[in-house]
Amino acid sequence: MTKTNKNSEKVVVTDLHKYFDNNEVLTGIDATIYEGEVVCVIGPSGSGKSTFLRCLNKLEDLTSGKIVIDGFDITDKKTDINKVRENIGMVFQQFNLFPNMTVKKNIMMAPVELKKMTPLDADKKAMELLNRVGLAEKAAAYPGELSGGQQQRVAIARALAMNPDIMLFDEPTSALDPEMVGEVLDVMKELAAEGMTMVVVTHEMGFAREVADRVLFMADGIIMEQGAPEELFGNPQNERTKDFLGKVL
Amino acid sequence: MDFSRVFTEAMPLLLQGLSLTIVVSVVSIAIGMVLGLFICLMKMSKNVVLRAISGVYIWIIRGTPMLVQALIVFFGIPQLIQMAAPGFHMNALTAGIITLSLNAGAYLAEIYRGGIMAVPEGQSEAARSLGLSKSQTMVKVVLPQAFKFSVPSLVNQFIITIKDTSILTVIGMAEIVNKAQQYVGSTFVYFETYSVVALMYLAIISLLMLLSNFIEKRLKYEGKK
Repeated sequence: MTKTNKNSEKVVVTDLHKYFDNNEVLTGIDATIYEGEVVCVIGPSGSGKSTFLRCLNKLEDLTSGKIVIDGFDITDKKTDINKVRENIGMVFQQFNLFPNMTVKKNIMMAPVELKKMTPLDADKKAMELLNRVGLAEKAAAYPGELSGGQQQRVAIARALAMNPDIMLFDEPTSALDPEMVGEVLDVMKELAAEGMTMVVVTHEMGFAREVADRVLFMADGIIMEQGAPEELFGNPQNERTKDFLGKVL
Repeated sequence: MDFSRVFTEAMPLLLQGLSLTIVVSVVSIAIGMVLGLFICLMKMSKNVVLRAISGVYIWIIRGTPMLVQALIVFFGIPQLIQMAAPGFHMNALTAGIITLSLNAGAYLAEIYRGGIMAVPEGQSEAARSLGLSKSQTMVKVVLPQAFKFSVPSLVNQFIITIKDTSILTVIGMAEIVNKAQQYVGSTFVYFETYSVVALMYLAIISLLMLLSNFIEKRLKYEGKK
């Protein structure tokens, strides 16, 4: 797998803390993600993986700490978070497609609304992306008419329509029937191969092992251990990592 | 039974009343829908003052009978204004529309709010993650879906508003009941006249229900080509 410009920092997280009421969900996270890197975040449920991911585009407000994305400090109140989000695509566990819009409209809406593209260009882009995820014939369908796997592929296309340079995936295959997991992972693999910077919260250990450049193991709101997949899966050092991998592998 | 007499003698009068009832209902519902949307957004805003204003408004309207509201708007408020501007006069039609609009606005605000809250959080999150601002998310993603959820309750409120126009006879607004009262006052054909009035209401409301079924079908996303 060829990666470009491995040294440029895309995301820098410093001492991130997050409370929900009195419950400290993230207890001090430091992480750096480099351009073109695919980082998979694994760990037991309740470990804070999704919260960590959602802090990266500020869908969750953090309690303290600092997150810098492409040089923009998103924890600074003066930063226009909407502008930063245009460059961060997000894919959700529950797809969250807009049920009142056709598949094509779902993909076109944001670029047109945010004046990134003319409707004509957005239409072209949408068809190009639908071709890419293998769903061009579903352009006029409504999300409710698609299978889960198809919906999630549309959701990926929708996120890509804004030409983001980072993609966040929040357990993208957890809500899918087993036979549909593969089609979504294939799209993600292609994206990774093209050099997209990706942060993927996942329970798919096979995907993490095969595609990730680096795997973060989270537990109790911190990153307990991290490393290249062959190290982390082959020779885990931390007791918690060993325990978790023993249960899931 | 003397229906033929009602049809020949009273019909022109009743039809006049009916057309006013329809006009007043349509105008009040239109104003109420816009007003209700603002009140709803105020009630859901982070600003304490806006929330308080909308809360008090809804509280007063829901907590008092429309009959009393109509009396205050038609007789009470003009009296207050006359202290500053002698000679001020409000006609029954204006007072009626104000009362009905204020009333519909309060109930519609709560209906919209219910619709907005029924839209899953993930919908706004998806829109925000694409870079849409809060207001763009509201307009493009949340409100269209909220509207769909609200249709049955909206239609219900429209029906209530149409029927409530009859209350405005107390301030002398010349809607259908008012016209009927004029007619029976001199002829005493109560049963026939009021039966025809009831049938007229039934007819408009049946039409509205047909329309709402049509709209609900149109708003189904799947299989719409």
